[in-house]
Order: sequence, then C-alpha cells, then structure tokens
Amino acid sequence: MSTTHHPTVRGDASEAEHPPGAVPAVDVAGAAPVRHPLRWLSVLILAVLGTQLGHFLVTNPHFEWGTVGSYLGAQVIGQGIATTVELTAIAMLIGIAGGVLVAVGRMSDNRVLSSVCGAYVWFFRGVPVLVQLVFWYNLSALLPRISFGIPFGPEFASWHTNALITPLLAAILGLGLNEAAYMAEIVRGGLLGVDPGQTEAASALGMGRARLLRRVILPQAMRFIIPPTGSQVINMLKATSLVSVIALADLLYTVQSIYNRTFETIPLLIVACLWYLIMTSVLYVGQSFIERHYARGATRHAPQSFWSFALFRRAPAAERDATVSKEETR
Amino acid sequence: MIQDTSRPTGPKDTPADPPMVVARHVRKRFGHLEVLRGIDLEVRRGEVVVILGPSGSGKSTFLRCINHLERIDAGSIHVEGQLIGFRQAGGRVHHLRPREITRQRRDIGMVFQHFNLFPHQTALENVMEAPTGVLRVPKAEARKAATQLLTRVGLADKAACYPRQLSGGQQQRVAIARALAMEPKLMLFDEPTSALDPELVGEVLASMRDLAREGLTMLVVTHEVGFAKEVADRVVFMDGGQILESGRPQDVLDNPTHPRTRAFLRRFL
Repeated sequence: MSTTHHPTVRGDASEAEHPPGAVPAVDVAGAAPVRHPLRWLSVLILAVLGTQLGHFLVTNPHFEWGTVGSYLGAQVIGQGIATTVELTAIAMLIGIAGGVLVAVGRMSDNRVLSSVCGAYVWFFRGVPVLVQLVFWYNLSALLPRISFGIPFGPEFASWHTNALITPLLAAILGLGLNEAAYMAEIVRGGLLGVDPGQTEAASALGMGRARLLRRVILPQAMRFIIPPTGSQVINMLKATSLVSVIALADLLYTVQSIYNRTFETIPLLIVACLWYLIMTSVLYVGQSFIERHYARGATRHAPQSFWSFALFRRAPAAERDATVSKEETR
Repeated sequence: MIQDTSRPTGPKDTPADPPMVVARHVRKRFGHLEVLRGIDLEVRRGEVVVILGPSGSGKSTFLRCINHLERIDAGSIHVEGQLIGFRQAGGRVHHLRPREITRQRRDIGMVFQHFNLFPHQTALENVMEAPTGVLRVPKAEARKAATQLLTRVGLADKAACYPRQLSGGQQQRVAIARALAMEPKLMLFDEPTSALDPELVGEVLASMRDLAREGLTMLVVTHEVGFAKEVADRVVFMDGGQILESGRPQDVLDNPTHPRTRAFLRRFL
C-alpha cells in the first residue's frame, strides 16, 4: 500500500515543510516593541504631583513672591553673599594648600612626620565643624593672651586673644583647618591612584622629583582629585552658613537678621535658598570645565564640543561610532 | 673578505677600551628572597647583549639595578667608568643624593614592558618632555628632533595621538623614541614585547634591530629567542639570580652546555 510510504506528519503544516533541525525564515526588522504600561503610569503620577506642586507654589500666599523679588537683588543681601563667597574662597585655599602639605607629609618616609599628619587628619575629621567654629570663637576663655617668642624663653610680642581672633578669623580657621583634613585624604588618594610605572619611566628619563611631581604625577592625579574637590567646594559654600552661630554676617545671618525684624521668614529663606542654588550651579559648571581640561588623553574618543558638553549632551551615536571605527582602523 | 654578514652589529671598540658596563658580584635581596646572587657582566661599547631566562630569574631586577631603579645590596655597577648610585670618598662608599642619581640616569635610556607612556601627553609631547624639561633644549629644536625620532620608528603620522589611541606596538615604539630623545649611551630594554599581541611584536623588534645596526649599546631582557639569534652579539642565560651561561648566540642557543639552559630553550624549539 502507498500509505505506508507517507512521512509521519507532526504538528502544523509549516513545520512539516522543513526537514528536522532546520530554522524557519524570519526577518526581525519591524518587530513590535515591548510595551511599558508601568512607565506610563509613573509618568502620569509624576505629572499629577508636579501640577500639584506648581499650584501650591503659585497659589499659596505665604510665599510672598513679591517680597522675594524685592529682596533678591537687595544691597544688604549682596553684602552677605560677598562674605559667603569670600569665606568659601579663603577657607578652601587654606584647605587645599594645607591638604597638599598634610598629604605629602603622610606619604613621607619620615615616620614621625607621617604620624603627626595622620593625627591631624584623625582629629579634624573627628570633631564636628560646628564645634570647631564655636571653639575657635571662644579661644580667649582657654588662652587669654597669644604671644610670639622663643619657646619657654622671652616673648617678642603678645596680643589679647579677643582682639586677634575676630569672628571672621575664627570662621576662617575653623572651616579652613577642618577642610585641610578632608583635602589631605583626597590629594593622597589622587597621588596613590597614579600608576607607579609613571614614576619609574620619568625617573629613568632623568627627571628630578619636583619635575616628576609637577609634569607627570599631578596632571594625572588631578583627574582623581578634581571631582571630590568640586563637591568639597560646594559643601564649603553651604558649610559657611554655620558661621551665623558666631555672628558673622554671611548670607544666612543676613537674611535671619532681616526676618527677625520684619517677620518675613519664608520669603527671606527662599531668597537665601535661591542664592545658594545659583552659586552652587556656577561652581558645578566651573568644575565641569576643569574636569574636561584634565581628561586629556583619558579616553579613546575625541573630546566633545564645547556646548554639547556644557549642556550635558552626549555625542550623537553615529558620530561616536565613526570616531571609534576610525581609531580602530589605525 | 667579509666576515659574518649575518651580524652587521658588534662591538665598536677595541678590546683594550674599558667596557661600557661593568657589573661585579652584584647582589640584591627583597626581604628574605635573594634575587641576585653575585652577577658579573661586562658590556662593551656598541655591543648588543640579550639576557634570557625563566620568570623570576632576576633578569629584570638586574636591568633595573643598572639605572638604579633598584638599589643593589652588594657588589658594584659601573657605567662608562662611573659608579652607579654611590660614590667613593675618604676610603668609604657613600650613597648618592637623589639629585646625583637623577643626573646619572640621563645617559641611560630604558624601555619598559608596559610602555609607561605619559597618558596625558601626545606622542610628540611624550618624546619632547625630557629634552625640554631635563636638558633645557629649546621647544622648537626639541619638536624637530622628536618628529625625526617618531619618523625613525615609523610613527610620524601619529605625533598628535594620545597613547590610548595607539596600539600596543605603536605605544612601545613611541616609548623607544622617548628614550632615544635623551641621546643615551646605553639602552635598557625590559621585556619590551612581552605585553604585546603576537602580531605586534614584529614592528617593535624591527625598530630595535635598526638601533642595533646603528651601533647603539643595548642590554635586552626578552623571551624572543629569534631576536637574540639574529641581533645579539652575546647571549646571557640567567636562572636563580645567577648567570649560568654567556657567549655567542650560536653557542648558547644552539649548543647550550648547562642543563638548565637546555631545558629552558627546549620550549622554543
């Protein structure tokens, strides 16, 4: 009988057309994308919350936006900002210079020096900066007079501590010395992050230690040092608001002294918030430019253009691929 | 009559001249591990000496002692008659100051296994760095010399590239150009091809072969037996911190006398 010669039919007809083990012809072009209903739900929820926030900001009369506007550019606020900026800059300079010294000291072969620098970091990182500020401010209670002379010998000059340690100096000392401890660890981490082979190569070329540090190690360490230093500067700008406790007229102290008189508490705090945000934004953009400078040679990609970088845009995918393939064919 | 056409290099001095490198009874230990146990070696001007040996035999350490990247514990190393890392005064030997050690290293070039190019500088800047910074050569002059050196290693078109944009073989050739920029009297090569893909080894060896032909004094630590056979004037076999065998490449490589040398070379046949 002929039926005995028919192949056994398994499954549907299309499968039967192929010999066993073969793959059906499929083209994945134009495939339907996966749906994300939860994404749409979350967007909806955020939109409702955002609208609510906007409504709250516009309709709540206690914000007193008019008052905010009138104080935002006021001269007295400007003086407070100037003090905040000045204090940030000086304390940060002390912090960076002191940090480099302490970091190099900690990495020294001299055991005594490295232990003393280690103890410095331990102490200043361990005590809250607010306590340090109040301590410096009240130094006269511990040490009524400060004198300059030969240790345990005659004095050449001496001052009343209260006359010498003004609120500004107390703030600079408190913030700067504390910052130096943090910067020391950041700088040390950066120096340790550079491949020891770099030191060897530079030494083998006959470079002296100072040149080696300046031309080879530091430019590479900066890539590790800049990002945490940037957040330290932003932290410092905000930490200066602590000095209002020792009656130094920074931005926060200035708005406090105004609203203590006028009771426009919320609008003035908003003025302070806006100015802190403006200042930290400027710092953030500045940091990005410095990082870009020290990223030379760090990636295989050509550097991004000025504005696409400043606006946090990524290079278009096609352009990126072109750069890579061009480099790989070299 | 032309002798030995396969060997265009060879010592450029007469046997009466003092050797360029003289190592005597050099000893070095790291903690409890004695890595160099009395090395004696002389390298004459213009000679190419290849040091072979298994990993951990102390060959790289010995090379690093010659420019004082490692401080030797005993013995002495002289380069061009100058005691390396120490000085004699008043019947005693004193350590040199860092500045004096730095001065001695200027005349000794070194090429590393991992290239160690400065990643933040372009190929051209890498080559210019030491001449402008250490020797105070004017920028324009250094740039010209650096461009010539890059041309010499076949990388004139890569002058503006950063090391990360170059292949391993290209990076190593830039590193060779960088070392040559100081016009060294002696070049040390520490496994210059060990970190490279097999297909990139050839271009680096070709650059080194050119240098050997030009009469540069070279001390090369490598695993490239073929290179040793072709370019070396002398092959030294080290194991366990000692020199076991030393001689003409055809003698050491083809008819090794020491069983350790034989066992080591068998792997390359």
